[in-house]
Amino acid sequence: MTDAALVHVQKERRSRWMLLTPALVVLFIAASGPLLIVMLYSFLTAGPYGGVEWSFSIDGWFSVLLQRDFFSEELTFADAHLSIFWRSVKLSLLTAVITFLIGFPTAYFIATRPKRQRDIWMLLIIIPFWTNLLIRTFAIMELIRAEGTVNLVLLWLGIIDTPIQMLFTEFAVLFGMAYVYLPLMVLPIYASLERLDFRLVEAGYDLYATRWQVLKRIIFPLAKPGVIAGSILVFVPSLGAYVTPRVLGGGKQLMLGNLIELQFGQGRNWPLGAALSLTLLAIVMIALFVYVRAAGTEENGHG
Amino acid sequence: MIEVIGVTKVFPGPDMDFTALGGVSLTVQDNEFFTLLGPSGCGKTTLLRVIAGFEYPTSGSVLLDGKDLLAQPPYRRPVNTVFQSYALFPHMSVAENIAFGLEMLNKPKAEIRKTVADMLDLVRMTPMADRKTSEISGGQQQRVALARALAPRPKVLLLDEPLSALDYKLRKDMQLELKRLQAETGITFIFVTHDQEEALTMSDRIAVMNAGTVRQIGSPREIYDQPSERFVADFIGETNFITADLVGVEGDGSGLVRVRLAGGVETHVQAPSSDLASAMSNGPVTLAIRPEHAILVDEPQGLLKGALENVVYFGTDTHFHVALDDGGLFVLRQQNQPGQRSDMSVGDRVGLSLGRGVGQILRD
Repeated sequence: MTDAALVHVQKERRSRWMLLTPALVVLFIAASGPLLIVMLYSFLTAGPYGGVEWSFSIDGWFSVLLQRDFFSEELTFADAHLSIFWRSVKLSLLTAVITFLIGFPTAYFIATRPKRQRDIWMLLIIIPFWTNLLIRTFAIMELIRAEGTVNLVLLWLGIIDTPIQMLFTEFAVLFGMAYVYLPLMVLPIYASLERLDFRLVEAGYDLYATRWQVLKRIIFPLAKPGVIAGSILVFVPSLGAYVTPRVLGGGKQLMLGNLIELQFGQGRNWPLGAALSLTLLAIVMIALFVYVRAAGTEENGHG
Repeated sequence: MIEVIGVTKVFPGPDMDFTALGGVSLTVQDNEFFTLLGPSGCGKTTLLRVIAGFEYPTSGSVLLDGKDLLAQPPYRRPVNTVFQSYALFPHMSVAENIAFGLEMLNKPKAEIRKTVADMLDLVRMTPMADRKTSEISGGQQQRVALARALAPRPKVLLLDEPLSALDYKLRKDMQLELKRLQAETGITFIFVTHDQEEALTMSDRIAVMNAGTVRQIGSPREIYDQPSERFVADFIGETNFITADLVGVEGDGSGLVRVRLAGGVETHVQAPSSDLASAMSNGPVTLAIRPEHAILVDEPQGLLKGALENVVYFGTDTHFHVALDDGGLFVLRQQNQPGQRSDMSVGDRVGLSLGRGVGQILRD
């Protein structure tokens, strides 16, 4: 390469970096800025009326898992926090499973429609997205409350004689979250099924595979990237869900998001809130790591 | 033995229905290399998909060894397909692809392992067994697709234009390879192609199809030498069409008839089929004459006369374009011999000589 050409290449490389700079700066500030602030707060002392006082303390982190008895100064596990952690993880996993069980057949149905029809079906999946989350959540509340539509219909049909308590239960939270996050499962699965070469399905039938075997051995493995993406897209926001457990759980079925909000609000314990936020982040990262690892090795086992 | 009896397939359309198959009947013998040949859209692939079970015919029936094949779903038919796109499973290795059909048939593990090894050997892919299908070349994918379809030992193997994606040299090799595999396995092959050369070199018998119907069934030689109608003559190889008058039928059972050509000369040509010869009536007919069947001679000796319009050199042979006196164009092909040089030039008057029995009357 001649010197002139080398200079040209260097120049081009430099201008490319210059063009990238604004995006990198925004990304850096937006991604790490708030995180650093939260991390800093988690090591400060709680102010009496909210906020933080600028003196180092690990009380915030300490209170995530442990609590000191008010009178005996005895250390015990913070049962309330642990049960909220457990509920959050459990409900989020169940939400991912339920949205998969409903979402996969839905995505498959849409992907196998004629090309022109698919857009209409996708539109129907996406339309709820355009409605405010709060409104959708209150709509579910109307559906399942004691004098709500479901109970009224069941009473009228004579199937039950007293209304079933559905609202303010874990079931209500799960129901709400599955409904809200379903599109996030359908979309990536649809994307991978739409790319699926259906001649492979024919090849499967040709090679003596029954419908179930074709689904298990051919369609599902090829749709797996979509299933993984969908599960992550559902699981992660479920874990930090705030509105749905608040409205449908009625303040009794707290999830991590509500606990964090509580610390920054009525609890006036910002360091604990910050530590809880980072704990949530850690849970998400560990869960993703385990999940992606497991999904990856399974694939290697097959191929 | 596969019997296709009056199979019709109509695809309903928004504006009008499309008849992909209009009453197709044919019989494929055991251990036969049978080719469905025709232009794209002639229905050959649809017929293949009906036999495989991916399409259900509008009417008609398909029998395999006398048993109704249509009553069974594709995964119960002892019929395997080599797809045009190969349709190899991208998430499985070469060996896993080949094992798939055997696993679905619940064969014992040891038997699967042995068959897969045999198949890899048969298609010479043993060193590639653990590769992903995306990591091998088109020709290798082709061979894996073949091995995968042959592994469960189907009664019939269907091949849907399996060579069309390969380059010329590889295609030539694979043609021989397919013939070898068919001979070694003894499985009936039904091969779909639009490539007439491929069909002629590989097949035991060919069914020429057009617009959803079978136009002629016969050995490659029959199809080439005695095309029954204009479409077949035109689609297979190159053909000159000239008009003539039928003046008499030979009663000797030779299948030859006498025609009078444009210049008034009479010659003997083939009737569409020997049993038809006696039933034919005098009148105008169309003759098909292959370019290599006519001989270029001096004008006075020719049955047909004209002026040399163009000479095209093709390496192995030379094409002479002759403008006939009655207006038509006749293309004649002569093999080139070493040391031979042509003293004919464009514009020369020439004659065309036809041997006895050269030329074929086409059915109307």
